[in-house]
Amino acid sequence: MAAAFSRERVDGSAVAVGMVMLIVLVLALAGAANAVDPAFRTHSFMFAIAATLGLGGLLTWHELSERQPRFDRTYYEEGIVKAGIAATMFWGIAGFVVGLIIALQLTFPNLFYFPELGWTNFGRLRPLHTSAVIFAFGGNALIATSFYVVQRTCRTRLVGGIWPWFVFWGYNLFIVIAATGYLMGVTQSKEYAEPEWYADIWLTIVWVTYLAVFVGTILRRKEPHIYVANWFYLAFIVTIALLHLVNNLSIPVSFAGSKSISVFSGVQSALIQWWYGHNAVGFFLTAGFLAIMYYFIPKRIDRPVWSYRLSIVHFWSLIFIYIWAGPHHLHYTALPQWAQTLGMTFSIMLWMPSWGGMINGLMTLSGAWDKLRTDPVVRMLVVSVAFYGMATFEGPVMSVREVNALSHYTDWGIGHVHSGALGWVGFVTFGALYCMTQWVWKRNRLYSNALVEWHFWIATIGIVLYITSMWVSGIMEGLMWRAYNQFGFLEYSFIETVSAKHISYIIRALGGGLYLTGALIMVYNLVRTARGDVPAEERRKLRASPAVQPAE
Amino acid sequence: MATRQSKLFNKHKLFEKHTFILLIGILVVVAIGGLIEIVPLFYLKNTIEKVEGMRPYTPLELAGQNIYVREGCNVCHSQMIRPLRDEVERYGHYSLAAESMYDHPFQWGSKRTGPDLARVGGKYSDDWHKDHLINPRALVPESIMPPYAFLAGRPVDLSTIQDQMRTLQFEGVPYTTPMIDSALDDAAAQAGGDYDIDAMRKPYDVIAGRAGSVPVRNFDGETGEPTELDALIAYLQMLGTLVDFKTYEADDLSNQR
Amino acid sequence: MTYEGWSSFAQTWGTLYFTAIFICALVYALWPRNGQGFRRAAQLPITEKDNGDDRPLA
Repeated sequence: MAAAFSRERVDGSAVAVGMVMLIVLVLALAGAANAVDPAFRTHSFMFAIAATLGLGGLLTWHELSERQPRFDRTYYEEGIVKAGIAATMFWGIAGFVVGLIIALQLTFPNLFYFPELGWTNFGRLRPLHTSAVIFAFGGNALIATSFYVVQRTCRTRLVGGIWPWFVFWGYNLFIVIAATGYLMGVTQSKEYAEPEWYADIWLTIVWVTYLAVFVGTILRRKEPHIYVANWFYLAFIVTIALLHLVNNLSIPVSFAGSKSISVFSGVQSALIQWWYGHNAVGFFLTAGFLAIMYYFIPKRIDRPVWSYRLSIVHFWSLIFIYIWAGPHHLHYTALPQWAQTLGMTFSIMLWMPSWGGMINGLMTLSGAWDKLRTDPVVRMLVVSVAFYGMATFEGPVMSVREVNALSHYTDWGIGHVHSGALGWVGFVTFGALYCMTQWVWKRNRLYSNALVEWHFWIATIGIVLYITSMWVSGIMEGLMWRAYNQFGFLEYSFIETVSAKHISYIIRALGGGLYLTGALIMVYNLVRTARGDVPAEERRKLRASPAVQPAE
Repeated sequence: MATRQSKLFNKHKLFEKHTFILLIGILVVVAIGGLIEIVPLFYLKNTIEKVEGMRPYTPLELAGQNIYVREGCNVCHSQMIRPLRDEVERYGHYSLAAESMYDHPFQWGSKRTGPDLARVGGKYSDDWHKDHLINPRALVPESIMPPYAFLAGRPVDLSTIQDQMRTLQFEGVPYTTPMIDSALDDAAAQAGGDYDIDAMRKPYDVIAGRAGSVPVRNFDGETGEPTELDALIAYLQMLGTLVDFKTYEADDLSNQR
Repeated sequence: MTYEGWSSFAQTWGTLYFTAIFICALVYALWPRNGQGFRRAAQLPITEKDNGDDRPLA
């Protein structure tokens, strides 16, 4: 035993993570003992269980890895990428399922009619859906791809020993705490920043570790240059940290209770929330996923990015302009008008860098356009960039005050968000998952390209149904709200505008269902790829050519 | 060999610095933009128009707002009427910044799957709200709102309401210590319990600058301690009722921003 | 400083600040001497060892 714990064999990072787990365990038990509300007690127990599992896992790993070199610097860390791919698939499906459920709730409100079960209501499930797709699906995709990309482009292993695993599990613990919190009604009511103070503090710890691991790896690079994808990842990590910290400034009502009071109120809290909300789109769902675009498209088609110079202009102008655009969420509200105008102006300017990036991504294919036909993964990546272009054109249009007067508060906003989320974020993530699964599991091909085709077309039809139905219902309800009859009275009662959207809602749910179907096909395909399965037709082909068949 | 290595090493060190230059560049670009936009608003003690009638929430209303937040009502209902002709006609006077000054955080919302609630107070009877919350489609057949039957009969949890008021007081909401001390009695009083109603109303009316700013009655029509339904209906019934628009001068220069 | 002061500061100097940042980025991106570095950087994903190689240093 003494030998097992001799100085050289004890890993420093594991000891440090173990200490963090111990502190979490103590705090969680103290929280559970003193909890002033049941939600806080539940969450305390969840933290305690997670810390215990973490400690157990850590000790087991430490024992098992005792006789082999840990964190061999001549290898890339790929286990964490594999775990990230699995988590991305899991949360993607979970998020899409909840999305489909709430779409059906709005369509057939009696379908999920549980008057005594508050947690089944739309109000609690919607943040579950948005957080599951943005932070769980998108976040795990970003962590997995960033860890993959930073190692490859820096030609070095991730630094920090066991810390990257702390980032992965810690982040997913945050997701579970947030998600169960929504179901129990624990929320700050700030969209996309709903988790309460203790979850926010935990995320801050995880996020700072993520930044440290990422920057540390860049510092250890064997290449003089920092590839532009890493710039985007870095901007994403740093800015999200800043936004998260400022927007979630709040004072807990009790240190043993789930409720906290935001330090901002009224118009100030609105501006800060939408400064956060819009930049969560800008830096989480755009900058982060642009990093994926800038690595995976060139890598997949084996050509460098069309213009590296454009990518640098794209980077600086994008991050600079995005940060101003938030107030376009507050047109015609009690926010001072100059701030609204500022937000609108910058939103329109944002069109330029966005399309610069889109052109850069698309033109990378110049000279290799045939890949669109031969490789469905490339098609998925390229169509995602096209959707990025579409959503970033629609966004500036909707940020114009006069257009916003019609579009705000309507389903048009929901449609816009989903053209970006399903088309851009979803597709570029699927593309990256197809690439990474094949690469980290060392397969020379995907299990089935035909299934990728199916995924691509089913999901694309799903997106088209989703977006068009939301355009129709959004513009329709916007026009109905402001319609006057010949006597100068409002023509429609509010409820008439609700029932008018029923058909659109059916089509929307259908679109969401198709998108989910496509994702399930992908999961099947990726699992088979990871297992190294070869499709039946391939095996038949192999058998038909005895030259390559070894004698048995 | 040694010199070559050290040369490479030096070069590498320079580029290491480069990482931090990049990091600082990102921070500067991102932070300054945000600051320039946000800071002026904090000098807006006067962004909040000069209006009369605003007062902090009573303990019962505050508990009601907590339920409103817990159930995610803001996901489908806005509380921000824009100065557009149809909205003003449909919902009432457009919302003023002052009207959400005690909301930590704001409840403006971003989507109207249901109608705006900024001025829903007093538009419907308590009974209507009760029946509608328990089963929305019993009253509005085309409604797609979820049911909230579980709020009825469930005692509202007031165990942390005084701590919450203290926290709000710390953040600048003008609660006084006597208001916080009597919070539990006040909540019961407002829900129609057998308490000193005038003593409960007085401090709130003083801040509001007018009498009768606090509606007091048995909101859910049931005897016994205040329920979650009481609290939520009390909150809904006061929304948008505080500001006296007879004293609000839209054309006043300080209101023209 | 008053609200009016801050808001006019934001509206005037904010614009100038934006222009300055944009010009800096443009100059950096288009500076001829940076071109060679950019060309090399652009090759980074491509010049990796073949798929399947997980030994960067071997």
